[in-house]
Amino acid sequence: MNGPPRPSIPRLAVRGLRGAHFGPVGFELPPGGLIFVQGPSGAGKSRLLRAIADLDPSEGEVRLDGTAREAVPAARWRRLVGLLPAEPQWWAPRVRDHFDPQPAAAELDALGLDAGILDRPVGGLSSGERQRLALLRLLANRPRVLLLDEPTANLDPANTRRVEGLIAGQRKRDGVGVIWVGHQPDQRERIRPDRVLELGGARRAAA
Amino acid sequence: MTGTIPVTPWDLAVAAGLVLGLAALSWRLHLGTSAAMLVAALRTTVQLFLVGWVLRAVFAQANPLWVGGIACIMLAVAGREVVARQKHRFRGLWGYGLGTGAMFTSSFSVTALALVALLEPRPWYDPRYAIPLLGMILGNTMNGVSLALDRLTSEARQRAGQIEAQLLLGRTARQAIAEIRVLSMRTGLMPMINAMAAAGVVSLPGMMTGQILAGNPPMEAVKYQILIMFLITGGTGLGALVAVWWGGRRLFDQRERLRLDRLK
Repeated sequence: MNGPPRPSIPRLAVRGLRGAHFGPVGFELPPGGLIFVQGPSGAGKSRLLRAIADLDPSEGEVRLDGTAREAVPAARWRRLVGLLPAEPQWWAPRVRDHFDPQPAAAELDALGLDAGILDRPVGGLSSGERQRLALLRLLANRPRVLLLDEPTANLDPANTRRVEGLIAGQRKRDGVGVIWVGHQPDQRERIRPDRVLELGGARRAAA
Repeated sequence: MTGTIPVTPWDLAVAAGLVLGLAALSWRLHLGTSAAMLVAALRTTVQLFLVGWVLRAVFAQANPLWVGGIACIMLAVAGREVVARQKHRFRGLWGYGLGTGAMFTSSFSVTALALVALLEPRPWYDPRYAIPLLGMILGNTMNGVSLALDRLTSEARQRAGQIEAQLLLGRTARQAIAEIRVLSMRTGLMPMINAMAAAGVVSLPGMMTGQILAGNPPMEAVKYQILIMFLITGGTGLGALVAVWWGGRRLFDQRERLRLDRLK
């Protein structure tokens, strides 16, 4: 599982994936690739991400760098295939308690957050702050695939660009594969997906 | 003075008159409890006479099969009671099996310990000791197990998002449920801790009172009561531990997914 994968092996391969409310779905995601998933609400976009992260029971094949998910302990799988839910949850009182290791000031700064935010109670955060902190919290695991469920839904344009830039860096520098669930066509244009997956309708490939 | 002064039918009739009088009063005051009170009083009378009748038969026999049979019936009834007290119990056989299994493991082993190693009646299954001991331990364990399980399942339901957030960040199911397990254990143990703390000061425990009424020296009754309290605490703790442990595992599947669909 370690070391750079051979180029012929996709970062993430999904075949015949079927959950309670979607599927079957199949696609391959190359290292550094991005698939944009869109579709009406209720089409199963979030369910698809949850199934790939193995948080919901599903049928079908999901492979990371050639290794089947069943061969990887569940907790490790979710570190490698990181899911950012649309509404991230917090279980401890302070922001800091959710990070291991703690994020560097530069990482916070890249998302427009100051270092003092780590000592604030979670209850006092805005939804935009929560969303950006949840992304940082997830990146601390150094996942190889990111499953992003409307990651900029609560962000203003400036912070939306910051998140898009951070994800682009992850793709280019670390070869992280990304599945991005979103709504907005202008965002789809900006982040340049390798493919667009339409759920709840005809599936089509796009530039 | 040795032995108890026998209770005559006249004594019982006068005491029943108290209940009837209270029922009449609550009917006059429109409390809406008189019917329930009369039914409950009737149930007490019938149930206790039935138990007394069964115990008399069992005591006369001292047959291990009889004692075992009674013990199983007590366990089965306690298991049903645990299920009845759950708001979100596990579906299928687990709902019944979890609490019953936890109570069996704890109550039966603690009772066996008391009989075989501590009190040592001859024979060790002497129903005069085995049945009341099991009854007291089982009754309290039932309370602890149902409180702990109820807390476990309702917290898991309420905090599903927080549990899943931890799973998503690569924590194991065990880590994600650890805090809720601790809370549930504490909930199950609290009644016994409170009972021990208040014993003798706020409340005179029933068994001790009974022994004193039966003419036993107070210090003997006290030693018995302390022994029983410790046994009950041990049984309750073990029962809650087993129930919370199994229940906490049953909330997740082999891929460490939170499976709330396993709850009703």
